[in-house]
Amino acid sequence: MIVDIFNEIVSILSYVIPVMVALLIVSLGGLFSERSGVINIALEGIMVMGGFVGAMSMYLMLYIIGLPIQLAVFLAFIVGALVGAGFSFFHAFASVSMQSNQIISATALNLFATALGLFVARTFFGYRRINVDESYRFDVPFLSEIPILGDLLFKNAFLSTYIGIVLLIVVIVILYKTRFGLRLRSCGENPHAADSLGVDVGRMRYAGVMISGLLAGLGGVVFMIAFQNRFESDVRGFGFLALALLISGQWRPQRIFLISILFALMRVVASRGDSIMGLRALEVPTDFFRMLPYILTLVVLAFTSKHSRAPEAIGEPYDTGKR
Amino acid sequence: MKLGKLLDKVLLAISRRPNSIDVISSFTAVIFGLLFGFIVMLIINPGAAPQGLATIIFGPFQRGMRGIGDTIFYAVPIIFTGLSVAFAFRTGLFNIGAAGQMFIGSFVAVYIGINWGFLGPFHWPVAVLGAMLAGGVWGAIPGLLKAFRNVHEVVSSIMLNYVAVHLVSILIRSQIYDSARGRAYSVESTSHMPTWFLSDIFPRSSINIGFFLAILAVIIVHIVLNRTAFGYELKSVGFNRDAARYAGMNEKRNIILSFTIAGLLSGIAGALVYLRPGISMATAEVPPEAGFTGIAIALLGLSAPVGVLVAGLFYGLIDRGGYFAQSLFREEIVSIIIAVIIYFSALSLFTKHLIAKFIRRRVKRDVELQESKGEIK
Repeated sequence: MIVDIFNEIVSILSYVIPVMVALLIVSLGGLFSERSGVINIALEGIMVMGGFVGAMSMYLMLYIIGLPIQLAVFLAFIVGALVGAGFSFFHAFASVSMQSNQIISATALNLFATALGLFVARTFFGYRRINVDESYRFDVPFLSEIPILGDLLFKNAFLSTYIGIVLLIVVIVILYKTRFGLRLRSCGENPHAADSLGVDVGRMRYAGVMISGLLAGLGGVVFMIAFQNRFESDVRGFGFLALALLISGQWRPQRIFLISILFALMRVVASRGDSIMGLRALEVPTDFFRMLPYILTLVVLAFTSKHSRAPEAIGEPYDTGKR
Repeated sequence: MKLGKLLDKVLLAISRRPNSIDVISSFTAVIFGLLFGFIVMLIINPGAAPQGLATIIFGPFQRGMRGIGDTIFYAVPIIFTGLSVAFAFRTGLFNIGAAGQMFIGSFVAVYIGINWGFLGPFHWPVAVLGAMLAGGVWGAIPGLLKAFRNVHEVVSSIMLNYVAVHLVSILIRSQIYDSARGRAYSVESTSHMPTWFLSDIFPRSSINIGFFLAILAVIIVHIVLNRTAFGYELKSVGFNRDAARYAGMNEKRNIILSFTIAGLLSGIAGALVYLRPGISMATAEVPPEAGFTGIAIALLGLSAPVGVLVAGLFYGLIDRGGYFAQSLFREEIVSIIIAVIIYFSALSLFTKHLIAKFIRRRVKRDVELQESKGEIK
């Protein structure tokens, strides 16, 4: 009995971890942008763009060039990240250089990515999707033999899991332990003060938005590989879920990490609820679990907004004239 | 020479009416959007691109009254979501939640359309009314959160969009699911929007009296915003919440009301999509695109009700045009064009600046020229 439950938990966690990693990567991306003072609701669109070009490059590398799977995955991650950074440039240009409404420009990016993905997929592949159906999980040699930990982290693992863990550490170090991180955060809290101390607010915000594009683009490829095995013109609202995670985590990486476990669990329960012991008997609609993270975010917002820990100057174009 | 003089006259007229620069920047956004679409088409298939662009813009007209009727029909829901976003804009709020309000409205309309056939001739009005109320209730939530808990409406609306998507999926599956087809049942014919004489003017087109509802809504929103004390209050709160409170206005109530009205308008949009033959509602994982297209239409229409009407009809035109151009290019090309239009609307400050600079230079040169000739002293 105990062994059954243990196996069940391990099997659930083996699904939760890849979801968590994908959410975490995108959410940390959003963190960079919002901490620099630019709202980025284009995470969804950037993910779609990264996933779309990533899927095309996977298709090319696997079926035309014939690279080994994990190498192709790694290269697709790089492609997706670069595409995401390039695509997010347009958001940075509009919201930093042109001082435009950041919500409007991000909405344009969201619509554009989905439309372009669908258009190109249907034009060249004939369907709404690009299939790159392979098995991407692998066992890490030696490490997968470790009891419990090996089962959880090193057996049937995705490459993205390790990238995600490394990224989490790197992001915390960059944001809190480097000069760049301090400057970036100061631009989101009080850009005028930052400017008066010689920080180039515009450049910092460009950096923030484009790093968020880099991570969201990477997240798009991770999502495509870990969930769908294909590109399907959207990422099922995953970018907005990452945004919800960012807000629920109150723009703090450690909290984002903790809440990402919860959100990922909800998502896994929603898509695999039937196979999990005990849940089938409850007969709760799976969409209920998909809905929960958003409701939770609303509740968090309702109870924290009066003393919100959101970056002070978020969403405001930096206008030197207001100094 | 003559053309140059004409241009100068036009530019002079423009520089005297600052509002017209806004109109021009809207047109510029549209032109950039179409241009981008054209470039994409050139890359995909250079030979067919000119014809593709022509079909997207003029296609519906080539199909006579039916094409025009369909253009209007597909414009109507977008006019409603556009009005919803525009109304919120004018009162200082950003309604990115039109998609969710619309989806909730759709569900209520379809639910009534399937189950309440006993209403007979009152069936469709009740369905529209129900959708409107449901959209209003859903719209009130971000208003309440903003008024009482100071939650930014954009963030709460985004969350509510996804709550709406999943809530409606649950409701469809548990209430009105036709498991044989994997979607909701079709609505009763008594709940279809009537066509009145429109089906005679536009034979074989899908057009119905939703269009009259849209015109009525445009007029009402125009009057409320521009001719009533209520509208003035709503706008004042939008301009400066603190000043409005100081002037004795109930700013909390006004924020909630603004959002409720925006929700009512989106709810109607949701009803009009499904209260017709040949369509049934399906569950979804992302909010309907029409909610976001409404943002484009509100921006292009400069948040003025009449502007929204014109911009909405333009949307209907290229949407149908894209449908007719399908043999040449996939119809998503229209969504690409719309997205680029929104992007350039966001950059409107930049385009306005460019236009103003161009005019100033032109007019100044003109004045210098006339001075040198001694025409002006």
